[in-house]
Amino acid sequence: MAPHVEISLTVNGERHTSEVEPRLLLVHYLREHLGLTGTHVGCDTSSCGACTVHLDGEAVKSCTILAVQCDGGAVTTIEGLAREDALHPVQEAFWENHGLQCGYCTPGMIMAAADLLKRVPAPSEGEVREALAGNLCRCTGYHNIVKAVMAAAEADHGDVRPPTPPDAAYETGEALKGGIGA
Amino acid sequence: MTTETAQERWVGRALKRKEDPRLITGKGKYVDDIRLPGMLYAALVRSTEAHARIVSVDASGALKREGVVAVLTGEDLQFESGLPMAWVPPGVEVNAPDHWPLARGEVNHVGDPVAVVLGDDRYAVVDAAEDVIVELDPLPVVTDIRAAMEEGSPLVHEQLGTNVSHRWSLGGGDVEAGLAQADVVVEREVVNHRIAGAPIEPRGVIADYRAGNLVLYSSTQVPHFLKLFLSLMLGMSEERIRVIAPEVGGGFGSKLQIYGEEILLAAVSRRLGRPVKWIETRSENLAVSHHGRDQIAHVRMGATRDGKITALHAEITADMGAYLMLLTPVIPSLGAFVMSGCYAIPNVQTDIVGVFTNKMATDAIRGAGRPEATHMIEICLEQLAAELGMDPLELRRRNFIPADSFPATTTLGIVYDSGNYEGTLDKLLEHIDPAQVRAEAQGLRERGIYRGIGFSTYTEICGLAPSRVVGPGGVGLQTGLWESALVRVDLTGAVTVYTGTSPHGQGHETGFAQIVADKLGVTPDTVRLIHGDTETGPVGKGTYGSRTLAVGGEAIAKAADKVAAKAAQIVAHALEAAPEDIEVSGGKFAVKGAPSKGMTLAEVAGAAYIAADLPPGMEPGLEETAFYDPENFVFPFGAHAAVVDVDVETGKVKIARYVAVDDCGPAINPLLIDGQVHGGIVFAVGQVFFEHVRYDEAGQLLAGNFVTYGLPSAPDVPTFETDRTETPSPTNSLGVKGIGEAGTIAASAALVNAVIDALRPLGVTYLNMPLAPERVWSAIAHAGTDNGGAA
Repeated sequence: MAPHVEISLTVNGERHTSEVEPRLLLVHYLREHLGLTGTHVGCDTSSCGACTVHLDGEAVKSCTILAVQCDGGAVTTIEGLAREDALHPVQEAFWENHGLQCGYCTPGMIMAAADLLKRVPAPSEGEVREALAGNLCRCTGYHNIVKAVMAAAEADHGDVRPPTPPDAAYETGEALKGGIGA
Repeated sequence: MTTETAQERWVGRALKRKEDPRLITGKGKYVDDIRLPGMLYAALVRSTEAHARIVSVDASGALKREGVVAVLTGEDLQFESGLPMAWVPPGVEVNAPDHWPLARGEVNHVGDPVAVVLGDDRYAVVDAAEDVIVELDPLPVVTDIRAAMEEGSPLVHEQLGTNVSHRWSLGGGDVEAGLAQADVVVEREVVNHRIAGAPIEPRGVIADYRAGNLVLYSSTQVPHFLKLFLSLMLGMSEERIRVIAPEVGGGFGSKLQIYGEEILLAAVSRRLGRPVKWIETRSENLAVSHHGRDQIAHVRMGATRDGKITALHAEITADMGAYLMLLTPVIPSLGAFVMSGCYAIPNVQTDIVGVFTNKMATDAIRGAGRPEATHMIEICLEQLAAELGMDPLELRRRNFIPADSFPATTTLGIVYDSGNYEGTLDKLLEHIDPAQVRAEAQGLRERGIYRGIGFSTYTEICGLAPSRVVGPGGVGLQTGLWESALVRVDLTGAVTVYTGTSPHGQGHETGFAQIVADKLGVTPDTVRLIHGDTETGPVGKGTYGSRTLAVGGEAIAKAADKVAAKAAQIVAHALEAAPEDIEVSGGKFAVKGAPSKGMTLAEVAGAAYIAADLPPGMEPGLEETAFYDPENFVFPFGAHAAVVDVDVETGKVKIARYVAVDDCGPAINPLLIDGQVHGGIVFAVGQVFFEHVRYDEAGQLLAGNFVTYGLPSAPDVPTFETDRTETPSPTNSLGVKGIGEAGTIAASAALVNAVIDALRPLGVTYLNMPLAPERVWSAIAHAGTDNGGAA
């Protein structure tokens, strides 16, 4: 085992300093060292995108970057995407539009979509599909994922109901009512 | 809960899912998210050869590594029995070779596990596994099913003396006589190549054996079956075993299995006295999670000149791979039960031969035998239409089982519960006008784009299953396939439902809550579903075969009905009314005709648990269990149309439109149905255009990761157009069928028919999957020079 290296980075707004193996992948640092298991691993080849997080504001596949490369950086994971008082519009839209089934690709898919909407606030359907080409989903056939991302883009332009506070999302009584008739 | 919402009916509404809040915020708990104190990690040492004798295993280098606790081989671990195969068809001999969690003496496919390395660091065990030196003495390899059946072929299992696992037939009428009556007979070789389930979550197992009890977490579709086989293979009494399927990240049949790793980890944890985790890598997933399809069928379909189909004969050679796993040999037979599709065909015969090869075992993958059957029927039907010079939809209409003849007994003796095939086709044509597509095709052709339209009208058999039909004396499965439910009302009127089914993305928590909410006059948000844990509810059978709603949902409905019946007695007693005059209305158990007189479920529960004034002789409490064994299968059906554009310069195919009209009975939640249809279609799109588990002649896997095994991604597919008709099934009280596999079953034929239709003007008359650009381009290039470019 190679000697450990000290790294220091910000994850979801919180500063962490850790001793890690130089070969440790960022995704394993997040999952195993910090206990942030929302970021998933689905392949060995950077193909599936289940591990997508934001590093210094850009989407990266955390299975393809070493934790030591992120020294000094700022990482946002699915756990840190919701604002204090509200789900992120992309999270909200995935829920609203049945953009997920088994949920395994979902965190990566949401992080990739959020990254797209930051760069391209009003994408075409084709742009959404191309932007998500590196994120594989085996359940949804992408139909409702694309619909959700398009809906989130519109939501960002301010014409939908107020977002659901994250905690209230678990108390689904009120929230369920909002979803009727999709 | 408000009266206003409680008054509404919840079944039938596109309610958004109860599952989602945890999943969109990264709070789902999958197997790999669980970490137990003192937990070891396991890595498997696997065969690099497709067929070899194990000469020696040298673990000394691995054991020197820091943190490595043990290396174990097949010789080190004893089991009471081998890995299970659950099909013993009466009167049919099935050759089932021994199959152990770790290979003993011989390996039979690439990836066959030879040793397991245990250590306390996730990365270190992988390093150590590479240090284990396995000496293999290669044996002759056979990977092609036809070669495997030839005289003198290398044998996968020398001791069996043959590569044939079994032969099985199902027929009705006389196909030879039927073909003799035909004016036109098409004869095609229909290849349905090998694919993978490839859920985005690979498999994972944690075994925790302590103080004589075992808790096993597995990303499985069948926790109760797994508990049973852990008991049998480990020689442990069943009450000491608990299996938990936590959040499961997709299955598609590939997690309907009893895998060696599940048994192995339990054995290792028992031996070492520590919890052990194993997480499959994607490379392992593609090599050693069971594959699906891999059949070559010789199909003959005949019809009279006026378009009456007289006979259909399918001779299927099915690649079993190296071992018979849980359901390996019975998969092709599942298709045989619906080999006449939605048509009245007087003579139908399916003959199946199963063949061993030095490849991973095949087994159930989404559709499991039925996509293969539907592909054969629907491809050959459009071939027949072309030869007859008849519109392919007209040919279908002339052969549909009429809507007024259900329940309909087919030539094969199967009773189709309900259907309206004309109805779904009519509805399909409300969404798409074939004449208009053909007119558009004319215009596009000048630009080198060939547009085609293809159809698939299907029915399938699901709702697995009536135990008397599929059980030991019938089809020969060594189990019943009923389902169970427990509905428990808490003191406060909250409801917890326990199901024996085990979801992995389908939305059970939402759909089942809707059913129970209506039965008990509450809102779905106060109904929680518990699943995937053998210790918390009655024994169940898991989720596969589009069975969950039609069997598991009906069990829940029955349990909820029992609760409602008891509630009615309590209310009647309290309000001095007759129990039969109590109905669920306006969020209450109310007296008929006097809706203001009634009790909410919370009030009923209060009475039931306080038990101070119950009807004489009534037990306290408010919970009921139900077991439901269906009388018949259910037969969903539908009509799909695909429009494709082929770039003849490159052979690349683009799906321009895809329209699906499905009928799975009355909708519980249309949102969930659409999601299943979309995903099902794209599963078939993957097989038709991208996915192929290929092996070379030496048995080396050529598609062992997501670079070489290409799943469809978002730009590869269009937005889908879906619609439904609702023809209730008489089989269950909900009238429901199943929808998990329908899209996959229908779509491959529609897509391939569309590509053939597009290329017909160029002389291409037939194609087999997978339609990678190279194959399409070659077919165009060779059109007219051989069998219409048949690949």
